[in-house]
Amino acid sequence: MDRVTAQFPEAVAERYLDRTGGAWAVIHAEHLPKVAAFLKDELDFKLFTSIDAVDRLHLAENDPRFEVVYFIYSLSRHEHVRLKVRVSEARPELPSITPVFRGADWWERFVWDFYGIRFSGHPDLRRVLLYEEFQGHPLRKDYALRDRQPLIPERPIKDIFRGPGTSGVS
Amino acid sequence: MADTHKPVSPPTPEAPNPDTDAYAHEAELEAHLQTKRMYVNMGPSHPATHGTVRLKVELEGENIAEIDCEIGFLHRGFQKSCENVTWTQCLPYTDRLNYVSAMMNNFGFLNAVEKLIGLEIPERAQYIRVIGSELHRIHDHLTCVGATGMELGGFAPFLFAVEARELIMDRVAELTGARLTTNFGRIGGMNRDLPEGWSEKVIKTLDKVMELVNEVDGLLSRNRIFVDRTKDTGIITAADAIDYGWTGPCLRACGIDYDIRKAKPYWVYDRMDFDVPVGEKGDNYDRYLMRIEEMKQSDRIIRQALKQIPAGPIILDDWRIALPPKPEVYGTIEGVISHFKLVMEGVQVPAGEVYDATEAANGELGWYMVSDGSGRPYKVHVRAPGYPILSAVPHIIKGKLLADLIPTFDTINMIGGEVEQ
Repeated sequence: MDRVTAQFPEAVAERYLDRTGGAWAVIHAEHLPKVAAFLKDELDFKLFTSIDAVDRLHLAENDPRFEVVYFIYSLSRHEHVRLKVRVSEARPELPSITPVFRGADWWERFVWDFYGIRFSGHPDLRRVLLYEEFQGHPLRKDYALRDRQPLIPERPIKDIFRGPGTSGVS
Repeated sequence: MADTHKPVSPPTPEAPNPDTDAYAHEAELEAHLQTKRMYVNMGPSHPATHGTVRLKVELEGENIAEIDCEIGFLHRGFQKSCENVTWTQCLPYTDRLNYVSAMMNNFGFLNAVEKLIGLEIPERAQYIRVIGSELHRIHDHLTCVGATGMELGGFAPFLFAVEARELIMDRVAELTGARLTTNFGRIGGMNRDLPEGWSEKVIKTLDKVMELVNEVDGLLSRNRIFVDRTKDTGIITAADAIDYGWTGPCLRACGIDYDIRKAKPYWVYDRMDFDVPVGEKGDNYDRYLMRIEEMKQSDRIIRQALKQIPAGPIILDDWRIALPPKPEVYGTIEGVISHFKLVMEGVQVPAGEVYDATEAANGELGWYMVSDGSGRPYKVHVRAPGYPILSAVPHIIKGKLLADLIPTFDTINMIGGEVEQ
């Protein structure tokens, strides 16, 4: 992480250690592909693990609203690197890192599907787990827990308990 | 006399349909083969596609020209469900991610939560987790190997594998009370201790299971049909596999020695003596051999763990995390309050975030969690090993034969539950 900061001082917005000792770097969105390529080619972080997003709507610190997190692993040094990019609700768009890591392809589609964050430059940005006709992005915190969008009308069954908990019911 | 081989009046279609009888006017023997591309849907309920995967295949002759993979809409909203229940109530959901190795998902989730709280679980609980995980690793690999054999035409190996699975399931049922979805771990330790005489039973079961594994090994590994269909098919290079984010036996089949149990030992794996098998080519046969060898290594681990396992508590004696013993609940006010708070509010996990991974049967099972300091998870992300592996299938299979798709799809062992979350 020191070498990333040394190489791209303007790209890293913040660095911190989480309570379990994991090192994090918050990257500015426009520098992301550059940092990813540097990590892969120069520092040997080749194994692409996953991407996900956090909707910080109900957290104390929620501006900008979304955080997209990247996990990349180095097989030679057995080390994880954790990157974070903050995205605003008004313009949920990030540069895609699919040209750098092909494994990012489906994960970026996953984040688009569930959080509605676009990845510019992605070759094939479609929904991956939900159907094309689905409205909205269900893992956003303001998507109600009990919203249902069946493609085929459901049979009317009364008094059936659906879904976990009763809090957060709209 | 008229030539009997020539029809008196050859059939001449008035308006040839270009889709079906474009060559109908030509003599049958001189006609071209159909060179049009054919579209085939494999799945969502094909016997060789697991889960609800739909493979849209575009065929040119027998070769696959284009392929697109649609995971299917089994999506159950695992994350959203977890965000609305307490940390402990997430456990049954994690069981259902990979339903052939439920305990590994269960313990992987707990490991991440415990890391987030900063707990060290008792030694005996760590041993029980190792034993349970390895039992379920054998169980998972047996399913994969047996199904591969069956889908390539050998039913006997599948029967042997199912018999061995059945034996393991019986032991799991004695241990946890359930055969498939175990829900066995708890934050801070285990649900219950090993039953009386269970260890000796497991040793005996393992003897029989390994006999059956060797039987499957003997039936498949040198079988002409099986070897012809799996060797040199579905090859992926090590560089590509890493680029796609493969882990587990599928990555090791390419020759990369990466196993989290060795790279970053958790629980008591550093006290176990076992080898990590590594393949050469990364074809279907290598992936199959990895699984056969890993079962033998898991057998070694369980035997060592059962020998080493110490006596002691199985769960932390901390009433903020583990439920207090029943006499305390019924007899003391502190017990009642702790019990009530744990059941109603859940374990209070301090605010923070964690990424933690364990080695599940198919590879790295990663958990990214965010806690806002309450009894419910703010976010639970699961990095299922099958997801990146499945995403590489179009890349592997493009340009190859349609018949190669079946063994490739088998040996990557995609599990619908975890991929579709």
